[in-house]
Order: sequence, then C-alpha cells, then structure tokens
Amino acid sequence: MEELVKALTIGVTNGLIIALIAIGYTLVYGILELINFAHADVFMLGTAFTYFATELIVRGFGIPASSTLALVVTLLALPIIMLMTATINASIERLAYRPLRNAPRLAPLISAIGMSFVLQNIGLLLLGPSQKAVEPVLPRTDLVFFPSGAAWFGVDEMIVVGVTVPLLLALRWFVASTRQGKAMRATAQDREASGLMGIDVNRTISLTFLIAGGLAGAAGLVVALYYGQTFFQYGLQFGLLSFTAAVMGGIGNLTGATLGGLFVGIVAAMSDRFIEAKWTSVIVFSLLILVLIFRPTGLLAEQASERA
Amino acid sequence: MDKRKIGTLAAVAVLALAACSGGSSGGGSKGEIEVWSSLPRQGSSKGQTDTIVNAINMALAEKNNTAGGYTIKYSDKDDSTAAAGKWDEATEIKNANDAVADDKLVAYIGTFNSGAAKLSIPILCGKGMVMVSPANTYPGLTKAGKGEADEPDKYYPNGCTRNYFRVVAADDLQGLAGAKWAAKLGAKNVYVLDDTELYGKGIADVFNKEAPGQGLTVLGRDGIDGKATDYKALAEKIKATNPDLVYFGGITQNNAGQLWRDLRDAMPNVKLMGPDGILEDAWIQAAGEAAEGTYITFGGLPADKLTGKGADFLKNYNAKYPNNPPQAYTAYGYEAAGTVIAAIEKAAATNPADMSALRAAVLKAVSETKDYEGALGKWSFNQEGDTSLTAMSGNIVKGGKFVFDSVVE
Repeated sequence: MEELVKALTIGVTNGLIIALIAIGYTLVYGILELINFAHADVFMLGTAFTYFATELIVRGFGIPASSTLALVVTLLALPIIMLMTATINASIERLAYRPLRNAPRLAPLISAIGMSFVLQNIGLLLLGPSQKAVEPVLPRTDLVFFPSGAAWFGVDEMIVVGVTVPLLLALRWFVASTRQGKAMRATAQDREASGLMGIDVNRTISLTFLIAGGLAGAAGLVVALYYGQTFFQYGLQFGLLSFTAAVMGGIGNLTGATLGGLFVGIVAAMSDRFIEAKWTSVIVFSLLILVLIFRPTGLLAEQASERA
Repeated sequence: MDKRKIGTLAAVAVLALAACSGGSSGGGSKGEIEVWSSLPRQGSSKGQTDTIVNAINMALAEKNNTAGGYTIKYSDKDDSTAAAGKWDEATEIKNANDAVADDKLVAYIGTFNSGAAKLSIPILCGKGMVMVSPANTYPGLTKAGKGEADEPDKYYPNGCTRNYFRVVAADDLQGLAGAKWAAKLGAKNVYVLDDTELYGKGIADVFNKEAPGQGLTVLGRDGIDGKATDYKALAEKIKATNPDLVYFGGITQNNAGQLWRDLRDAMPNVKLMGPDGILEDAWIQAAGEAAEGTYITFGGLPADKLTGKGADFLKNYNAKYPNNPPQAYTAYGYEAAGTVIAAIEKAAATNPADMSALRAAVLKAVSETKDYEGALGKWSFNQEGDTSLTAMSGNIVKGGKFVFDSVVE
C-alpha cells in the first residue's frame, strides 16, 4: 500500500511538471490553432537559465549550495527566468508566426518546427553536448513519513507542488475572471468576431505567448532543481510527454491539459515501479492511441474554440 | 642561344622532378597511403575522443608520418551526429562504405562504441581492410559463446578473413572483474541495470551471469530508457528489493547521470558500480554529487599507472597536449596507431605490387602482431583478434575525480 502511495506521489509530482508544460501547448493551440513545437525548447532554455543562475549563485557569489539562502535566492530568480522565457516565446510569435497568420495552416507549423531546431541549437551552444548537473540547491530532506518509517515525500516535492499548483490556479483565475482572460477566451472562440468587438487581437495573442512562455520557464526552473539536470535535448524528451498529455486531455482545454499531465505522470510512474521501465513508453503512447480512437477530441471535449 | 634554352629546360625539368617526388613532408618515396579513424567527435564523448585523436597524431608524428617508405595521411572521421550527441548508425555505415571506396586507405582505427563496430566490421571485412579498435569491449565481436548465438561469425560473412582487432580486453573479463570486486566489497545482493545498447547490455549480462559464481544474489534485472526524463519510480522499485549494490552497464550518453542522481536519492547508502562506459569526465559532470563513491571497472590500466614505454608516452603526451589530459582510452588510441604503423612497415618489406596487395599484407601483419612492445606493455593479438593483456583496474570516484583503487584479476 505504501509503495502504491509513494509511486503515486512520484507520478503526481512528475505529472504536475508535465501539466505545466502541456498548458503552454494548449493555450497556444486554443488561440491560434497552431501546435507550437518550439514550446518545449523554450522550457529547455528555462532549465538552462536556471543552471546558469545556480552556477552564479554558488560559484559566483559563493553561497554554499546546501544553504537555505541559496534556495531562497534561486527561487527569487524564478520571476526573472519566467520573464526571460516569456519574452523569448513572445518574440518567436512576432518573428516566426505572426507574418504567417494568414498563410495556409502548414506554413506556421513548419516555421514552428524550424524554431524548435533553432532553440535546440542555441541550447547546444549554451550548454554543450552533454547533460549538466545543476548545483544541489534544492534540499532533499524527507519531511513526511509513512507509518512504517519509510520516507514519503520531502522538501523537494513540496517545492515542486508549491511552484506548480499556484501557477496553475493563477492561470485558471486569470483566464476565467479577468478582462484579458476574457479577451483570450473570445479570441480563441472566434478571432474575427473578437476583432470586430474591439479586442486587440495581436496584443491578446502576444499575451497568450507571454503567459505560455512564462509557465514554460517556471517548469524549467522546477525541472532543473528537482531532477538536478539540464540538457539541450530536454525539449524533445519533455515535449513529447507534454504534447501527449495536452492531446490526451483535449487540445485547447486547460483543465484537460492539467488532467492529461497528471495522467501521463502517474501512468509512467506506475509502469516504472510495478511493471518494467522499458515498457513505460509503450504503455503511455498506447494509452494515447486508445484515448484518441475512442475520444478523438481527447478526454475532456474541447471547450475553448468552436468551428463553424 | 640554343645551349641556353636547353640548359634552362634541363634545369626546369630537374626542378620539376625534384618537386614531384620530394613534395611530401615525410619523404616517403613509395607514395601516399591513408589511415582513418572513426570515432564519435560530437556529443559528450568528444572530450575523450579528442585525446585519442591527439594520441594517434602523436604516434604518427613520432615516425614522421612515414612507414615502410609510404607517407601516411591520417583522417579523423566522425561517426556521430550533433542531434544524437553520440555515435549514429547511418554515419558509421557511411564511414565504412567510404573507407571501402577509398583506394589509398590501408587501415581503419575504430570504433569507440561497440554498437558502431558491429556495423562496420562486416563492411570492411568484405574489402579485406584491417580494423583496429582502441575501445570496443563487447565480447561477441571476436569471441564465440559470449554473446548471441550467431556471433562472432555474423560479423565476418561470406568466409572473409578476420579483419578486426582490439587492443583492449573485452567485457567478458571486465564483467567478471566487476562481479569479483563487488563480492570483495562485501556485497551479497545486487540489482543489475543496463541501457539496452550492445555494450551496456552485454557487460550487464556478463555481470549477471558471473554474479552467482562469486557468491552474489541477483535481485532483479532492468533496462532503462536513455531518453526517459527521470528514474525516480525505478529507483523506488530497486529500493524495495533492498540491494547492497546496484550495477549499471551502459554509457554516459544514455542519461547515466540522471540515473545516478535518482538512485542516490532513493538509496543514500547503496554501493553503485559501473563499467568503463561511464569512465569519462563527462559522466562526473552529468552525475554531479551522486558520482561520489562510485566504483568503476576499466578493461585496462589508467594512464598514470603505465610503466616503461607507457610512462614515456604519458610524459610526451602531457608535454605536447597540456590542455587535453589523457583519459581512460588515450593510451589505447596511441597503441592502436602504433600497431598499425608497425604493420605497415612489416607489410612494406614484402614489396606488395599494388594497394590491394598492400592492404592484404597490412592485415596479415596486424594479425601476426606478437610480443609488441608498446605503451601498454608487451602483448600479442590472439587468433580471434583479442589482446593478450588482461589486467583490469578498479577505480573509485573521490572528490569529483577518478582515483585508481586496485588491480582486479
């Protein structure tokens, strides 16, 4: 029983991270009907920036890696990193997608793939070809224990939850309750009509990319600290899982992306723990196929946009 | 007027002849031949292969880039791609096919990864091109009964003569050494992991097989996905079996760093052991703190433990390349190049009529390498292409560096 709960905890923690990245895919798809292939590479840059930030904190400022001060300063860097990735994402939109706004659907898709390669290679230039360990700023001390004495979860899991859950909730609040959020929902529903209603469509789309980019950056920080590594190909590895999650939950649907992320995370953890690690990919993607066969629009039907 | 013209013409003719024949740097009069190496020059092995290429260049420079009257032109070929960050199937096959098409090529030094060698050996065998590897350790490439049922014959198809040799001891010895060391460290229960590639799975299989003979109980066996993002749940699974030691067969490039971190997080006190696939600086960089205290076997001796000509090699290498200190396989690259050069000299003495005869003679000379005195000691190739050297070393990671611990027999 304890083993089940522990595996579930790992699954939920990983799932929240995947959900945070998946939301980025779903937000952009909802508003532009474009799969932003470069999104996961923006996340990868987030992990790279976190790596450099921790190097600066530990090597540059000389704050010892295991001290609370190092952790606090790193978390203070979160808004800066989010801002950087948000700007990058919005710039990509301006440079690579906006000029193709009225082109046939395939054009921005290919542009997105191209941007993905560009960002990957920027990552390669920044990080070099191998995985790089991030300074162990995140303490691994276990806080909560099972009745048997085995560790359940610790400070590191709590920080992951503490960063991802508020962001997901804040996004939900933003989209549902603010004017800008309403503008986003309207633009996702019908771009032309929104323009006619006086919504600045370009600004709304830019805002969407800013938010998606910021969330990718936050996910990047969390991954760099929690997994302890950065790698220029992280976009490929995480992007595949997050995109799967977004599609499984219903692309364009925010709740769907979150649930999809949690689902993928939990299934992967359970498969690793109770079946065999080499079957995990097979199981996750087989489930994706099954979901799509029986519910082509994903588990939660798409709510964000309607097609005439 | 006429005499001056003839004189000028004669002078020009002599100069032209002199320029034609004396043009090469080494003064080899029989013409130019080529030697290639095929190594992963991108990705995180680049650090190590840089040192191997340096060593090959050094071996050639010591002989003025000539052997047996031929001028040797060396080409450093890459069998990796930037996207993969490690050796790539299509790229290695292309290198082998290019080698077969190049008439001046007499020897192929490579590969670094056993998975890549599997692809090029048959291609080169068909052309009778000798291949000397500084680093392949998968046993099935040369030895029968140590790998799949149809190995090694499937690498030498259509009855072609064995063309593959390696200067490093194979994993059947290294895996056994690992099991012996694990038992010596006091472990009783072990869990075995591998990265599902030829080398990694091969050596993990050997460890798995030899473990019971050393008094170890294997609690479980798993293959990891090198592209997975984390191994936390897997680490929990392993923790539940309560092992004393976890053995991972694989290379750095298959996310070994992340694996180490997750294993250490889940089991702070377990012993971790790996083979020479993770004996590189890139692995310590990737694993960070989790690397500390890891036991790593190596199918040979570390550079600073070499004696005699080996110590000379080390001194010369450090003087020539102070910014690229030798790594695990540097001396082996030097030895492979040395073996090839010696073979070319022996082959040239038989006065081969053309390139094809020269290649055959070089192949024969390499196969007859006996009591070769080089940086690694005095050794010979056996019938199967393996070296007679069998000393293995055990290394421990201390303070972020590999520290030689003991010789494991």
